Amino acid sequence: MSILVFAEHDNNELKSDTLKTVAAAQAIGGDIHLLVAGSNCSAVAEQAAKVNGVSKVLVADNAAYEHQLAENVSLLVTDLAADYEHILATALTTGKNFMPRVAAMLDVAQISDIIGVESADTFVRPIYAGNAIATVQSLDSKKVITVRSTGFDAVATDGNAEVVNIDNATDAGTSRHVSDELTVSERPDLGAASVVISGGRGMQNGDNFKLLDGIADKLGAAIGASRAAVDAGFVANDMQVGQTGKIVAPDLYIAVGISGAIQHLAGMKDSKVIVAINKDAEAPIFQVADYGIVGDLFDVLPELEAKL
Amino acid sequence: MKVLVPIKRVIDYNVKVRVKADNTNVDLANVKMAINPFCEIAVEEAVRLKEAGTATEVIAVSIGDKSCQEQLRTALALGADRAIQIETDQNLDSLNVAKLLQKVVEEEQPQLIILGKQSIDSDNNQTGQMLAALTGLPQGTFASEVKVDGDKVNVTREVDGGLQTVALNLPAIVTTDLRLNEPRYASLPNIMKAKRKPLDVKSAADFGIDLSPRSTLLKVTPPSERQAGIVVETVDELVEKLKNEAKVIS
Ligand SMILES: Cc1cc2nc3c(=O)[nH]c(=O)nc-3n(C[C@H](O)[C@H](O)[C@H](O)COP(=O)(O)OP(=O)(O)OC[C@H]3O[C@@H](n4cnc5c(N)ncnc54)[C@H](O)[C@@H]3O)c2cc1C
Ligand SMILES: Nc1ncnc2c1ncn2[C@@H]1O[C@H](COP(=O)(O)O)[C@@H](O)[C@H]1O
Repeated sequence: MSILVFAEHDNNELKSDTLKTVAAAQAIGGDIHLLVAGSNCSAVAEQAAKVNGVSKVLVADNAAYEHQLAENVSLLVTDLAADYEHILATALTTGKNFMPRVAAMLDVAQISDIIGVESADTFVRPIYAGNAIATVQSLDSKKVITVRSTGFDAVATDGNAEVVNIDNATDAGTSRHVSDELTVSERPDLGAASVVISGGRGMQNGDNFKLLDGIADKLGAAIGASRAAVDAGFVANDMQVGQTGKIVAPDLYIAVGISGAIQHLAGMKDSKVIVAINKDAEAPIFQVADYGIVGDLFDVLPELEAKL
Repeated sequence: MKVLVPIKRVIDYNVKVRVKADNTNVDLANVKMAINPFCEIAVEEAVRLKEAGTATEVIAVSIGDKSCQEQLRTALALGADRAIQIETDQNLDSLNVAKLLQKVVEEEQPQLIILGKQSIDSDNNQTGQMLAALTGLPQGTFASEVKVDGDKVNVTREVDGGLQTVALNLPAIVTTDLRLNEPRYASLPNIMKAKRKPLDVKSAADFGIDLSPRSTLLKVTPPSERQAGIVVETVDELVEKLKNEAKVIS
């Protein structure tokens, strides 16, 4: 039984979430192959070869895969699918984009966002914004699965897998990459940070997010936001934490000026320790917080920064 | 240009769902239902394309039992021209929904199909991509901007690192993200007008597709609940607790 895991990367660096997706593959059990699809991505292939538990790295290095357009990557993965019983990708925007296409082309369902593996055909996944946890058994011969990284612990990276180049180059020709507008940040990735500090509508404007910077610097934290803060244009879309944004589970999550709507909680309530700073003692965020401060964030944040 | 908008009836996003005591599923009895928020954004985008003179007709389609006609009427009140209900009592996998939608696409030949990126009940995030695969069309998922330009559509997508813009040949499939637009409220006169707009009912069984389920729901359990912690009085106390009690900072 073999498992194909799609590697998340930006042609330079393997994303650490892939290590968690490989852990999910190990929980299923079988020979694990990692697929690196990209362009000029040999550095990623090298890193991929070190991922523990992986026996083979397949590298499809071609201009057609540079931006990992769903139309092209799904054709590549479908081409490889015959050899695998399970196909896994991390439930990030790339995997979410192309994997259902793979499933449909193989005429099987997709099981999205699994957080647990019960057996080779039975998986655990949150539904209704994490307010219910479903255990589902797949009846399909092939399982196409996206993995929520917060559900699994990363595997180590002192392995030594065989690297095989595959000269598959499929360009569907129906879509074209135009441009990227990527957020440049020195801070750790939201998904990978052990501390996350997020601001909500209570921050009032984008400028005030600077109040989070000093604290984030001291704690090595990533900065997140609620939907309301993103919608209002305070910060970029990629900072949204929640049901329909990023899912995080750091050791420490600090929610500042965030009320704690179910959609926000869905993205952070598995954090180990939650701190809430909110001036409204009735805000629902306090129901999930380990430590709360009822107060004005404009007083609390400078003091916190000074005392860390 | 025809625009097709598949919409789903789901639990209202304000309602916190409860798991049934026998762990067979969630309890939807007497729960407020609504149009899936991402589908509402899809309807709004289609209606704006019509108002801009780009689209000529907006068709809303929903697959479900008779109750989803309520959400189709909402779509009509928001500005869709006509609606199609595909009747079924079954709770369908996204793949089967996509297969039924494929038939509608074949029949209606829309140039643009706008879906929500995700149903807030199943949290699947699959149907648009699957429909794209089945129809062989390009896709622009998680859209925050849609610009039709001749025989192409430019879609700006919300991705993990920020934004990405792709150009798709029409016909194409778009799935909506939260920032695409802010849906309007249906006015009373438009709600009245919507009652007279055409709503076709078709039976899912008549499409000749094997709709058997692809998975079995073995059980549904409540998530582990967090206990509310303590309220600290001062920042000093917070820092002390984080250092010595929770040991998450040093
Ligand atoms: C389909 C759908 C998907 C969604 N997905 C997400 C998602 O992924 N992520 C997400 O976050 N939301 C999501 N939402 C939105 C969610 O429902 C809430 O609207 C949102 O989380 C609210 O953001 P907020 O807490 O910042 O704002 P509010 O609810 O307005 O809360 C602001 C808080 O700030 C506090 N405050 C104000 N001033 C101060 C001050 N000076 N000092 C201290 N505290 C202060 C207030 O007491 C209040 O509690 C989604 C909604 C829908 C319908
Ligand atoms: N039963 C349905 N009827 C019509 N459209 C649907 C149905 N289920 C899903 N969709 C569409 O597919 C989108 C994504 O749903 P999902 O893949 O279930 O998360 C929704 O926002 C709708 O646009």
